[in-house]
Amino acid sequence: MSLEIKDLHANIGDREILKGLNLTIPKGEVHAIMGKNGSGKSTLAKVMAGHPSYEVTGGDVLLDGSSLFGLEPDQRARAGLFLAFQYPMEIPGVTIANFIRAALQARLPEGEELEAVEYYKNLYAQMDALKMPRTFTSRSVNDGFSGGEKKRCEVLQLAMLKPAYAVLDETDSGLDIDALKIVAEGVNTLRSPDTGFLVITHYQRLLNYIVPDVVHVMVDGRIVRSGGKDLALKLEAEGYDWIEKELLATA
Amino acid sequence: MSTDTKPDIAIDRSVGDFSYDVNYEYDAGTGLSDKTIDYIADVKNDPEWIREFRHEAYRKFLEKPMPTNWASKDLDNIIFNNIRYYLSQGTQPKRSWDDVPDEMKQTFERLGIPEQERKFLAGVEAQFDSEAAYSNIKAAVGEQGVIFVGSTEGLHKHPEIFRKWFGKVIPTGDNKFSALNSAVFSGGSFIYVPPGVKVKHPLQAYFRINAESFGQFERTLIIADEGSEVMYMEGCTAPKFETSTLHSAVVELVAMKGAKIQYVTVQNWSPNVFNLVTKRGLAHEEAEIKWIDCNIGSRLTMKYPGVVMKGRKARGEVISIALASDGQHQDTGAKMIHAADETTSNIVSKSISVGTGRATYRGLVHVPKHLKGCKNNTECDALLINSHSRTDTYPSITVRGQGNSCQHEASVSQISEEQIFYMQQRGISEGAAMSLAVNGFVNDLVQQFPMEYSVELKRLIDLEMEGSVG
Repeated sequence: MSLEIKDLHANIGDREILKGLNLTIPKGEVHAIMGKNGSGKSTLAKVMAGHPSYEVTGGDVLLDGSSLFGLEPDQRARAGLFLAFQYPMEIPGVTIANFIRAALQARLPEGEELEAVEYYKNLYAQMDALKMPRTFTSRSVNDGFSGGEKKRCEVLQLAMLKPAYAVLDETDSGLDIDALKIVAEGVNTLRSPDTGFLVITHYQRLLNYIVPDVVHVMVDGRIVRSGGKDLALKLEAEGYDWIEKELLATA
Repeated sequence: MSTDTKPDIAIDRSVGDFSYDVNYEYDAGTGLSDKTIDYIADVKNDPEWIREFRHEAYRKFLEKPMPTNWASKDLDNIIFNNIRYYLSQGTQPKRSWDDVPDEMKQTFERLGIPEQERKFLAGVEAQFDSEAAYSNIKAAVGEQGVIFVGSTEGLHKHPEIFRKWFGKVIPTGDNKFSALNSAVFSGGSFIYVPPGVKVKHPLQAYFRINAESFGQFERTLIIADEGSEVMYMEGCTAPKFETSTLHSAVVELVAMKGAKIQYVTVQNWSPNVFNLVTKRGLAHEEAEIKWIDCNIGSRLTMKYPGVVMKGRKARGEVISIALASDGQHQDTGAKMIHAADETTSNIVSKSISVGTGRATYRGLVHVPKHLKGCKNNTECDALLINSHSRTDTYPSITVRGQGNSCQHEASVSQISEEQIFYMQQRGISEGAAMSLAVNGFVNDLVQQFPMEYSVELKRLIDLEMEGSVG
């Protein structure tokens, strides 16, 4: 059981961003992708989720063996793929409670109603774990939220929707250290043999709190190195230049 | 909320789209003339002053041009001579549903009116074409001295109150359609709430058009005496015919010192109905009149509920939601006439344009120079769903004098592709995501509707949003 990305090519307009990317995330593992700005990290996240601005020109993404391509973004989500957004959208007038409820309701068979009491019990428990005040439930989704609140709200949704695979796109951006710890703790409690994580980050800092099983380095639309946590530390200490030099040497 | 994600609600779109063959006992025929007016006056056994009032109004109607210099040219498609102005099976509404003729009873049962009455209403009037088929007020409310009858009965049985206020808030010649209504009016409600009486539950009127090529011209007059409170709700439906139908009501409200009137409308006419309605309230000292107005149906609606704040510290409010779908034009707004010191008014209008739908906001705020301490707040927000949707705003604000203030905010927004993608990524389908965003846009206003109506409203919005994407 895995999320498998095979020789993935994708364009935005005429520009190729992903140039044959291969990556397998087995269930139960946490993988991290590190890379410089513009290496295609966020594009990878959006292409997997089915964002309409990107065109897939080759390859495939398989979720437990079934291709995600050809499915609408909501079908991919219901199949078990979750994306925590780098910039979560504001939905004015739609409360967090109603939004998550609609998302859960969408996963039920037709004619079946979400059990409200159970839902709120669960929602409050997850919010407590993320140190979110109860008043949050009646606030509009991301509307007027601080950066930290938005990211916490993403993790709350992750906790409520319990996907098979979660992609966290720069979840650490815009967070101070306290918020980062809370968010990381939230993710860590969700680590389980039933869930695979792909953590996309620019900085090694997040990986001190969400310790990955495997670290991948992305350069120019491809995974160019994979290794353990040491690889992240080396990138932090030495930057990306050495990898690019090595790549040039082998080219 | 949970219904947002369910695609199984398509049945309700046509909830009012059915009609029965009715043998009308009284039929004024097709077209409009002094003879039509006499026919109506005869059937209704009008007193002489009303008969004269009608004929005078008819002359004003003929004199006044169509307001197509500022309003939609679609008005020219109303052929007054092709319309039937009066159809009924008698002028006496029944007090019990058992006595209502079968086809009418079936109509209202299909629309759920008797059930609503049992559940949460203090009184109901159900109008079928020109006359009320049913009218009843709960005994406890009647015992407080509250009068809730049709306009004809009000005119005959309570002439001392009726005549004092009838046509005083909205003069016959206010506009072409108020003149038309004054000429041929029939049906509508007459309500009087005695001093200090607070009617706990809403009174409701339901307006049903059954016949083709018909014009419905109800006339409502509500008087809340000193310190009293009342909420009135109206709903409406009609079957969808190929020919156009005209609905042109006049509604006058009078709130005496310290009284409060809330008037709630959920307009869901079929898309062949021209809905041209004049609504205005007169608020005396420290009185409050609030119009809560929602327009979802009709082909063209023109409606600008107004409040004339005549007494010191009177308050006027209009909360307006308009949803213009393909082929519809919702031309709505508000009029706030400040005519005393320290009067305050508030207008909040939200419109949604879908597909080729067009929403227009027209607002008039008038504060003359000699007044002090008046305040107006106007907010109007428009949401466009597709690139060919259209919205226009025509505010007209005249605030003169020292110490009067006015605040106006307007916005136009669109639901972005990124917002839809975000919601879809959570597993919500594109259509449901659109519904959710639209419901979110109007959510703060929908909450001002009574619960039963807000649930209905959300459902109607969901229905309209189905199939609006792509």
